[in-house]
Amino acid sequence: MPRKSPFYSRTSQLCESQSWVDWSGYLSANMYELDHSHEYNAVRTSCGLFDVSPLYKYTVRGSQALALLNRIVTRDLTKCRVGQVVYTTWCNDDGKVIDDGTVARLSDDYFRMTAAVPTLYWLQDNSFGLDVEIEDVSEAYGGLALQGPTSRDVLQNLTDADLEGLKYFQIIEDKVAGVPAQISRTGYTGDLGYEIFVAPDGAEELWDAVVDTGRAYGLLPAGNTALDMVRIEAGLLLIDADFVSTNQTLFEVQRSSPYELGLDWTVKLNKDYFVGQDALRAEKASGPAWRTVGLEIDVEALEKVYRKFAMPLHLPYTSWTEAVPVYRDEGARQYIGKATSGTWSPVLKKYVVIARIKPQDAAVGSRIFMEATVESQRFAVPATVVKLPFFDPPRKRQ
Amino acid sequence: MTQEYDAIIIGGGHNGLTCAAYLAKAGRKTLVLERRHVLGGAAVSEEVFPGFTFTVCSYVVSLLRPEVIRELELAKHGLHIMPVDSTVAPLENGDYFATYADEASTREEIRRHSHRDAEMAPKFTQMMYEMAFAVKPIIGVVPPNPEKPGIRGLGTMKELGQHLHGLGKDTLHELTKIMTMSVADFVEEWYESDILKALASLNGIIGTLLGPKSPGTAYVLLHHYMGELDGAFTAWGQQKGGTGGVSEAIASAARSHGAEIRCNAPVAQVIVKNGRAVGVALENGDEIYAKTIASGCDPKVTFRTLVDEKELPDDLVAAIDKFKYRGSSGKVNLALDALPNFTAIKDPALLRGSVEICPSMDYLERAYDDASYGGFSERPYMDISIPTTSDPTMAPPGKHVMSIFVQYARYDMAKHGTHDEQRQAFGDAVINTLSDFAPNIKDIILHKQVLTPWDIEDKIALTEGNIFQGELTLDQLFFFRPAPGWADYRTPIRNYYQCGSGTHPGGGITAGPGRLAALEILRDGN
Repeated sequence: MPRKSPFYSRTSQLCESQSWVDWSGYLSANMYELDHSHEYNAVRTSCGLFDVSPLYKYTVRGSQALALLNRIVTRDLTKCRVGQVVYTTWCNDDGKVIDDGTVARLSDDYFRMTAAVPTLYWLQDNSFGLDVEIEDVSEAYGGLALQGPTSRDVLQNLTDADLEGLKYFQIIEDKVAGVPAQISRTGYTGDLGYEIFVAPDGAEELWDAVVDTGRAYGLLPAGNTALDMVRIEAGLLLIDADFVSTNQTLFEVQRSSPYELGLDWTVKLNKDYFVGQDALRAEKASGPAWRTVGLEIDVEALEKVYRKFAMPLHLPYTSWTEAVPVYRDEGARQYIGKATSGTWSPVLKKYVVIARIKPQDAAVGSRIFMEATVESQRFAVPATVVKLPFFDPPRKRQ
Repeated sequence: MTQEYDAIIIGGGHNGLTCAAYLAKAGRKTLVLERRHVLGGAAVSEEVFPGFTFTVCSYVVSLLRPEVIRELELAKHGLHIMPVDSTVAPLENGDYFATYADEASTREEIRRHSHRDAEMAPKFTQMMYEMAFAVKPIIGVVPPNPEKPGIRGLGTMKELGQHLHGLGKDTLHELTKIMTMSVADFVEEWYESDILKALASLNGIIGTLLGPKSPGTAYVLLHHYMGELDGAFTAWGQQKGGTGGVSEAIASAARSHGAEIRCNAPVAQVIVKNGRAVGVALENGDEIYAKTIASGCDPKVTFRTLVDEKELPDDLVAAIDKFKYRGSSGKVNLALDALPNFTAIKDPALLRGSVEICPSMDYLERAYDDASYGGFSERPYMDISIPTTSDPTMAPPGKHVMSIFVQYARYDMAKHGTHDEQRQAFGDAVINTLSDFAPNIKDIILHKQVLTPWDIEDKIALTEGNIFQGELTLDQLFFFRPAPGWADYRTPIRNYYQCGSGTHPGGGITAGPGRLAALEILRDGN
């Protein structure tokens, strides 16, 4: 029996398509309409409203809360000021990624962590002897992500909080539409946006107010289909698509390190001890086995493949996350890795793909080949290695 | 006389800007001269009333060539096209007909009107798709001169011949029909329900002073099927901020390659010395010299205003004078206090798409009859969009802008008095008709901009207000556009080129003429 988010009474009314997926045991809307494209465009031109309640959430309090979290994550949380949010990975002893998520510092000794997989036991296990109080607050908070260029205007109508002053990756506690909330200047879209967390009893009130106010600003409720397209454009990785949690697989070949995922910048080797530090230090010295890169598919070459079948070019209408092989050569003999998710980007007018490939092929500008299937026949289509993110508008940080 | 530039482009419309961008990209020192204070020609967005941005003339995008988007990296420069993926036509009996992004929903809606048509519609679409696929290669080539084709022209003709030959009998039959028939007769072969016939006919008459029963209109229908959006054939969209955003994106690409763009710089004349264009004289008397001059203006302006008749052969002058403009449409842009309440439209999501005021074939035919002897249709066909439903930034929060393309409206409205009186009468006809379908419209209008074909000529410098820089009829296409022998972007004056929609592949926001002209200029070593 799937669980229902505190916003379900509203999302279920709006979800015309009745297209739901299982997100951590919750029913989560794929798209509200029968077609996702207006939701996608709303995120890039006005704003989209996502129900992100299924995220796992934990609070850590106590004089050693910082010590505990800093022992677990790869970023250096001693640099995290009160009111700041950091994106980070956390690893096992072998330096393989368990998960990625955010840690928000709400006061000196009060943190809130979000995660894609259950993490309570991992926190408890690492807290032995520390003065901390860990709580799974996953169900104590519903979450909305309000994302897109008009998101600030919508939200500012509903709160006295100084949103201009709330910088990228900052968080404050204030009321939104009269409901006590945490307002976080973060998101999973690579655009201007906010994540708002509230207690379930205020959820419906918050939703109604945001949707009502948002109407004048082009707000649309949006689902996972649009979200997956925009997160790929933003170069953000998705668990179970671009990587697998090391805790959720038995097989070494499916595990990956932060370096292999292109998240080098989240690994601060020189901070105090953290789980996986030694392994990551060794990996940094020897160099990772894989690198995660952006690919731009050569659409003209793909069009030529379709021409062979007297067909016009067909581009993926939504994102895909079934991995396909990547080769060094057009003859598809030298396997160099896999493309893990991709989408046609309507805003960039490019076919963009996230791939994990051999380091020697990962230099920006390298020309490699991705498998594409046309009429059940396989072809290797040229692609160029580019820097992530694909889409990075100035407003993302403003 | 010092040559300051390699190339001067007359007119900062989207094709002029495209031509400039390609020339600048090839390293030519390029200058664009635009007579207005704003770029874009008919692809222009203007804040006509404070807080309200109108997509003043053109309003949708589909035909923009994907190679131009790629080669000029227009997405990086601000191109953002959002889908216009539904159509709704309120009917006179209070019912409506709609098409949706979702195919099955569309099929069910057609079935509500005709079971037979629900099964014919996919076949019709498939056939049009095949036609478009068949004709498409023609869009991307420089028209050969059938009299003196030269080696390259022969090559082009051979390729096109082989392509056509490879299409198969059925496709060729349909292609012949579509090239010659009236759109009404053409769709009659497919549909039984009146509203489907009426809506399918619309794209056949847009921008021409022909009725749905006039032969040759079926081709115009095909022209509208040749668009694509993100690889999806025949898809239409709207640019964020109005179609001026497309022009701005192309201008930004041109500037990034070093092109210089000047507004408020109307050109009076092309300076010709010994049969060779050497520069331009501005209306303010300034002269600017360059090796190459290209005009993005329509054929009349390019050949009859900007240069002296004595520089041109008589047969070209005669052909240009016969070239048909006959503007047939006007534009009304509204700033609205709220959304209109169309009585027949229950699903507000449909207001994000096109709203067609064309409830029946008779309605369309009558609209044409009204205008046959001058003036405008008392109850005109209207293609309405409300861009703020997708891009709320074009109006203050909660307010809207509405773009109404209106046909028929003739250049000649003499019976309605002065231009001001004509504009008033025309605008009233539009609003009165609209209020039959959306009763609150008169109460929610905050501001109104009315453009008759005369206004379009006056404002945008499109002769007789023709939105395509000349009608898109078969006798004015491909190697006839704008005149036999001069369809390859060159002119009888050396180093003077044409790059506007008055050349192949014609009107609409295609950027095709601008690109092909630039490639010919570069081919000539200029």
